[in-house]
Amino acid sequence: MAERCAVIGVGQTHHKAKRDDISIAGMVREAAKMALTDADLTWSDIDAVVIGKAPDMFEGSMMPELYLAPALGAVGKPMLRVHTAGSVGGSTSIVAAHLISSGIHQRVLTVAYEKQSDSDAMWALSVPQPFAAPLLAGAGGYFAPHIRAYMRRSGAPEHIGRMVAVKDRLNAIRNPYAHLHLPDIDMKTVEESMMLWDPLRYLEACPSSDGAAAMVLAAEDSVSGSYPPAWIHGMAMRSEPTQFAGRDQVNPQAGRDCSADVYAQAGITNPRAEIDVAEVYVPFSWYEPMWLENLGFCDLGDGWKLTEAGATAFDGDIPWNTSGGVLSSNPIGASGMLRFLEVAMQVRGQAGEHQIDGVSRALGQAYGGGSQFFSMWVLGSDKP
Amino acid sequence: MSAAANADRSVRRPVSIASFAQSDNVRRENERNEVEMLQPVVAEVFANIGIDKDDIHFICSGSTDYLIGGPFSFVTALDAVGVWPPRAESHVEMDGAWALYEAWVLLQEGEIDTALVYSFGRSSPGNLQEILALQLDPYYLAPLWPDPVSLAALQARALLDAGKATEEDFAAIASRSRKDALGNPKAQVSNDISTEALMKDDYVVSPLRRHALPPITDGAAAIVLAAGDKAREWSDNPVWITGFDHRIETHSLGARDLTSSPSTAKAGEVAGVADGAVDVAELHAPYAHQEIILKEALGLGDGVRINPSGGALAANPMMSAGLIRIGEAAARIAAGEAGRAVAHATSGPCLQQNLVCVLEGGE
Repeated sequence: MAERCAVIGVGQTHHKAKRDDISIAGMVREAAKMALTDADLTWSDIDAVVIGKAPDMFEGSMMPELYLAPALGAVGKPMLRVHTAGSVGGSTSIVAAHLISSGIHQRVLTVAYEKQSDSDAMWALSVPQPFAAPLLAGAGGYFAPHIRAYMRRSGAPEHIGRMVAVKDRLNAIRNPYAHLHLPDIDMKTVEESMMLWDPLRYLEACPSSDGAAAMVLAAEDSVSGSYPPAWIHGMAMRSEPTQFAGRDQVNPQAGRDCSADVYAQAGITNPRAEIDVAEVYVPFSWYEPMWLENLGFCDLGDGWKLTEAGATAFDGDIPWNTSGGVLSSNPIGASGMLRFLEVAMQVRGQAGEHQIDGVSRALGQAYGGGSQFFSMWVLGSDKP
Repeated sequence: MSAAANADRSVRRPVSIASFAQSDNVRRENERNEVEMLQPVVAEVFANIGIDKDDIHFICSGSTDYLIGGPFSFVTALDAVGVWPPRAESHVEMDGAWALYEAWVLLQEGEIDTALVYSFGRSSPGNLQEILALQLDPYYLAPLWPDPVSLAALQARALLDAGKATEEDFAAIASRSRKDALGNPKAQVSNDISTEALMKDDYVVSPLRRHALPPITDGAAAIVLAAGDKAREWSDNPVWITGFDHRIETHSLGARDLTSSPSTAKAGEVAGVADGAVDVAELHAPYAHQEIILKEALGLGDGVRINPSGGALAANPMMSAGLIRIGEAAARIAAGEAGRAVAHATSGPCLQQNLVCVLEGGE
């Protein structure tokens, strides 16, 4: 029987285009120290460290956890390094949580980061491989055709993507840690921004950020800190193959299976009614309506209608990405953990200006690769 | 299995090594890419116990992008399993031994009973000496491009200076490993050559002669873990994991006593190595002198048979050599050659990070 596990501390950097004031070690330590302080703990209270990041080529440092061990107080402790593509921040949180729910450890520090300014993610994603089709367009070029497919299937009008872009950027103004603060953004400025990958315009795409996220997870007997713990009610990962005939990249089975697993663990049968707030990995605007359907918040083809009706807005009935989301901060390896961390902040009531009142249950979701890797958790204010 | 020991350790639920398979370990796999190298290994690890992917509840793999020279090396590797319908799956950018640890952690919770763990590494397409230099501190060390052999030589020199070993000891370890490897059909380097003959080798980096270095290897490996009823269903005599831990040290070589391995000692202590007699140890010592350091850290006496497979001096596939140690140690127990075995895996320069797994046969 699994032990209860809760988030008892969160920390993150101010996400920026370039953190040229600090090394990678300094950056991860900044987030980790903040999480420890939040949990009212010190380095010596931590039993194990689990770190995650996206491809090592993003910084040009191979298996950098070896070098980061002392900066994260891991010397003499177990240290794991997770890498599951863009979902890694979520997967890392889940691997860390299992160290507690398995009864092995009492307090685990988990950290995720990316220092994108050290390299060029577009290049790192496009290294030519023998006998493989070159992907020279980065992630946006990969996802744009899937967005077109979604628009065709659902009949969604063109302005939906722009609505998401505006909504998430206005939410980001409430979040002091967000990379982009664009108070003047509106539908017109998004529409007039440069076309990158049809139908995605510049302001519908995520930024490239330096940043780190950290959480302290604890067993029931080891809960500390001034904010209440956010209990894990369910967590799951799912993967499916990258390419095969018949794969639905618009509404991937792995995403549906992953959410079904998490909802079952959490006893959720109607996500829209039972989840108060969600942080969902939306790196390109159109992924909000797509994931609304994939996560079962509405029927197939209706995702864009929820967005259009304002259901996912800050004052809607299912606020999505109140932190500003990936569209406002994207230190890739940390982007998934930021989703998981933001819902912890909402459940604990520590989200400040972007706090939604009375959150008792929240969903964090991350995805990666070509939409074939998913990780999710549901947190709650009550013990599961 | 000693139940009393388990009560003190973190092992709540016995998990067995139900099946193990590895590819031939070769200097250069030119014919097949990573997926093609891995696929027959996965097929074999299932066929050994007559199961298929539908019997697997969780998958975890270990690999590194820097060998393949592109991002997401683990992504296409999943095609060696065929994860449809979608599976619960995870990946560590570490040796497969740590992927096994992650899967073992999940099995401790009792919600699932089986896991597939695999790892792979093809070192031949690149220059391993240069690639591993990029594993070092990116600000102060990597720009100097110190290669792993030179760093290992620093460690070997420190060991000699401390009077803990002689160069003949290194050669004797290599001689024994290569001779043992004659019995391992998967080994890359195997022959019957005396310590005296090996001492005539030239230095690669003093005090390390050619024989004290690991070969450069392409290879893959896989293990199936089983708990509960599945463990007994899949084996009449399961090999159980009775202790499991891993620890890391600081990265800065100047801040470490390179002649000892406190992280191995700590992991061995938590895993309970000293709780019973050890018959066999499979130690992941890529450089001959590291076996001496590891033996001391684990408190293994002269009666313990070290690396009957030939160890990493006979084949050192990056990201798999640690997982293979666990598979080989389990195989000795399954074959009735040992009752209790210790398996070890390492990562990072000069044994920076170490994992210890204790295995036992019987009820």
